[in-house]
Amino acid sequence: MSSTAHGHAASVGNGHDAPAGHHHNPGFIEKYLWSTDHKMIGFQYLFTGMAMALIGGFTVYAFRMQIAFPGMSIPGYGRVTAGDYNALVTTHGTVMIFWVAMPVLIAALGNYLIPLMIGCDDMVFPRLNRLSYQIFLVSALVLISSFFVEGGAFGGAWTSYPPLSSKSQYNLTGVGSTLWVVAVALEFVAFLLGGINFVTTVMNSRAPGMKLWDVPIVVWMIVLASILFMASVGPLVAGAVMLIFDQNFHTGFFDPVKGGDPVLWQHLFWFFGHPEVYVVLLPAMGIVAEVITVFSRKRLFAQRTVIMTAIAVGIISFFVWAHHQFVAGIDPRMANVFSVTTLIISIPVAEMVFVYIGTLYGGSIRLTTPMLWALAFIAEFLLGGVTGIFLGASGADIYFHDTYFVLAHFHYTFFPIAFIAVFAAITHWFPKMFGRTLNETFGKVHFWGTVIPFNCIFIPLFVLGVRGDHRRIYDYRHFPDSMQAGMQDLRVFATLSLVVLLAFQVVFLVNFFYSMFKGPKAPANPWHANTLEWAAPSPPPHGNFPEGLPTVYRGPYEYSHPDRKEDYWPQHIAPEGA
Amino acid sequence: MIRPVATTREMTGMPTGRLAVWWVIASEIVIFGGVLGSYIMHRIGHPEWEYQAAHTNTMAGAFNTVVLLTSSLAAVLAHNAAEQKNGPKAARFLMLTCLGGFIFLVVKSVEWTNEIHHGYTLASSTFWSFYYMAAGLHGLHVIAGMVIMLFVAADARKNKELQRVENIGIYWHFVDLVWIFLFPLLYIAK
Amino acid sequence: MSDTAHASAGSHGDHSKHYIKIWAILLALLVVSVVGPIIGEKLEHGGTINHHMRLILTLITAFGIAIVKAFMVVKHFMHINLEKKYVTYMVTAMVGFMLVFFGGTAPDVLEHEGTHWENVSAKEVVKRGQAAGAAGAEHHGGAAHPAEGSHVPAAPVEQEVKH
Repeated sequence: MSSTAHGHAASVGNGHDAPAGHHHNPGFIEKYLWSTDHKMIGFQYLFTGMAMALIGGFTVYAFRMQIAFPGMSIPGYGRVTAGDYNALVTTHGTVMIFWVAMPVLIAALGNYLIPLMIGCDDMVFPRLNRLSYQIFLVSALVLISSFFVEGGAFGGAWTSYPPLSSKSQYNLTGVGSTLWVVAVALEFVAFLLGGINFVTTVMNSRAPGMKLWDVPIVVWMIVLASILFMASVGPLVAGAVMLIFDQNFHTGFFDPVKGGDPVLWQHLFWFFGHPEVYVVLLPAMGIVAEVITVFSRKRLFAQRTVIMTAIAVGIISFFVWAHHQFVAGIDPRMANVFSVTTLIISIPVAEMVFVYIGTLYGGSIRLTTPMLWALAFIAEFLLGGVTGIFLGASGADIYFHDTYFVLAHFHYTFFPIAFIAVFAAITHWFPKMFGRTLNETFGKVHFWGTVIPFNCIFIPLFVLGVRGDHRRIYDYRHFPDSMQAGMQDLRVFATLSLVVLLAFQVVFLVNFFYSMFKGPKAPANPWHANTLEWAAPSPPPHGNFPEGLPTVYRGPYEYSHPDRKEDYWPQHIAPEGA
Repeated sequence: MIRPVATTREMTGMPTGRLAVWWVIASEIVIFGGVLGSYIMHRIGHPEWEYQAAHTNTMAGAFNTVVLLTSSLAAVLAHNAAEQKNGPKAARFLMLTCLGGFIFLVVKSVEWTNEIHHGYTLASSTFWSFYYMAAGLHGLHVIAGMVIMLFVAADARKNKELQRVENIGIYWHFVDLVWIFLFPLLYIAK
Repeated sequence: MSDTAHASAGSHGDHSKHYIKIWAILLALLVVSVVGPIIGEKLEHGGTINHHMRLILTLITAFGIAIVKAFMVVKHFMHINLEKKYVTYMVTAMVGFMLVFFGGTAPDVLEHEGTHWENVSAKEVVKRGQAAGAAGAEHHGGAAHPAEGSHVPAAPVEQEVKH
């Protein structure tokens, strides 16, 4: 059997399932804006997410500069007022989680990878898929528009606790706060539609022969994440409706004076908010699993255990939410329960990390750019997870709550998820997506230029947090406790590291867009990987598998099988003599 | 649009459309679960709400329950007809279901107008906020169900896409189900 | 008979009689759930049963029957028993998550005091509402809304810590 990509493609066809009649030439609008093709919708999500990441990056630049050099006119922004500061912080948090991490990790990669990896030609509901992106786009536009209304963008923090979020005399924003809630609610609708599509597609439309255990981990993870999202977001949708009413119609759902309860919002929010962490973590874990097995040339260690562990994480994640509220006045007896569950959930997550390390052990590791990103994910996420243990214990949390320690912990989990894993995914699947190859040197420069400044930002913030530095402060000069020896220097160092990190993203953007059009042509299977997307040409045409949809004969991780000459064994290749 | 092969596969042995409807219902359960859960917590914690709940119109609520139960019957009879490949009959039953939804909304609006006239508005107290919010959210689902049902009925009349009759029926029963819980919570618990 | 009532079950018999029967039972249950609490109220007024008994009667007739009705709709109209097993699991799991949510949230929201804390505002609202309700004076609902934010303490001090 030939090991070239074309050899695989020849064996793809099995006749009975071939897509027919996918040959018409759509116009520009139909192709790029009104497409029902899952790959194009994936790209739409990806590029919208990247554009939103620029907004998220710019806002963090502006408010970090204010912290480091308070009162200074910031190059590219001007003076940051206290109201601006709140709006910038809120927008940064909201955008990075809801309009960058979610769309890129779940929607973009899910849309792009799921049909390819399970060997079918599209999603089961292509038009629902298109609608999902359109609603998402509208939600992004609504959020952006809130910058231009009177009173500016919402300044009530991304968690939007009432009464800060529900009364404009507290959050100092006018209609912007309602626009924020509407945007978030629309975004949820978009992801609910998308999630239902993902789940039904994987349940019903897998390639013939592909049993549940043959589904690649990343698809498993995206599906589990979609289910988690679906099961957790409901109360917050209800809460969003209540918040809009509180903001605009003088109801008192969250107003104690009228018989409501602000703590209810915190429960509604975190009942979603904590599973949400795992909604984005699981796909990131899936990406890392794929990349690590491909570049270790070894079977994924304990493949079924990873899946069972992920399911366990999903279930336990519904029992931990109140650890965000230890200082909110919740009942201490419940705080004990939630401390225990929080410590329990670190066990399955740690287990996944061990599984990845177990996969590396004894493999023939290739340090390509995607592999570097995947390894960095394990290392950095580990730090995020370990610092979480301190915060999960309710006693320690009372000291750490609302300090920069929390913030640094959170970013040590989310940055690896939303950027490091995403860069691993983009560099890994770029040849498939665009049919061209990224420049490895530029990729490595970008890698080190991102990971080193990342640590330089957040390690100082851990130190600041332990010294009691409170977050959400506009100008530390008013707080002598926070201006002790060296504290401002650490803030300046972190901010300058941020600027370096942002500057290095230019390397990525140049590499990305240059390679997209001018990079060397990529073969169908440049990494010699097993999963089905590599059986399609690069880039896959409409309908994905021009030579007929594949049939699956084995699991996705048959690397270095002793019976074979090549060190990989694609899922769709029929066994010899069959 | 050409139908992708993906839409024709049935690995689970369940048609994709029906599977998706169940997932929709799963995600709706948590939305209404959040609303009802929050309401119940407040209702038990605030015994003074009984003075306000006393002003809801139990008979209107009961009548609406009858209407919705009957429309659910029509929906399941439409499914019965669709099973026998009788598209036009299924379409007629679906229109009857829609009529039920319409009567429901009319009764609701009369009831609300009456209550607002008596001074019980959205912001009167948290009980009324919950009352309007929960019933309003449910009402939106009724409207959405009716709109989709009209499209399904139009297809069914031509004997097309008959499996959708069952799918929209399942959704409609769920809307009915939510009301079955809303009714005692908002009207009977006094 | 209901096990053949499904499209995918192959048989295309007419089940309309069965559906009408279920509908009739649902209506009968509805009557019970409306009449039950009314009778309870009458009995309490007449002194036959105490308030506690009346609450139990309401719970059983209104909410117990709602659960029975829901179960009948799910089984006979939505045919969940004829779907693949995981549909039942999935729906049950969602209901279960909501119970978890309720269980985790209720100790803070439903209760107005607990270990080392007391929700002063909520107690105030309950007291005010009950006084207004008992006086029969409430016209616009018990806790008539106070002017926005005027004498309201700057909000997040809702739960005070008792030492």
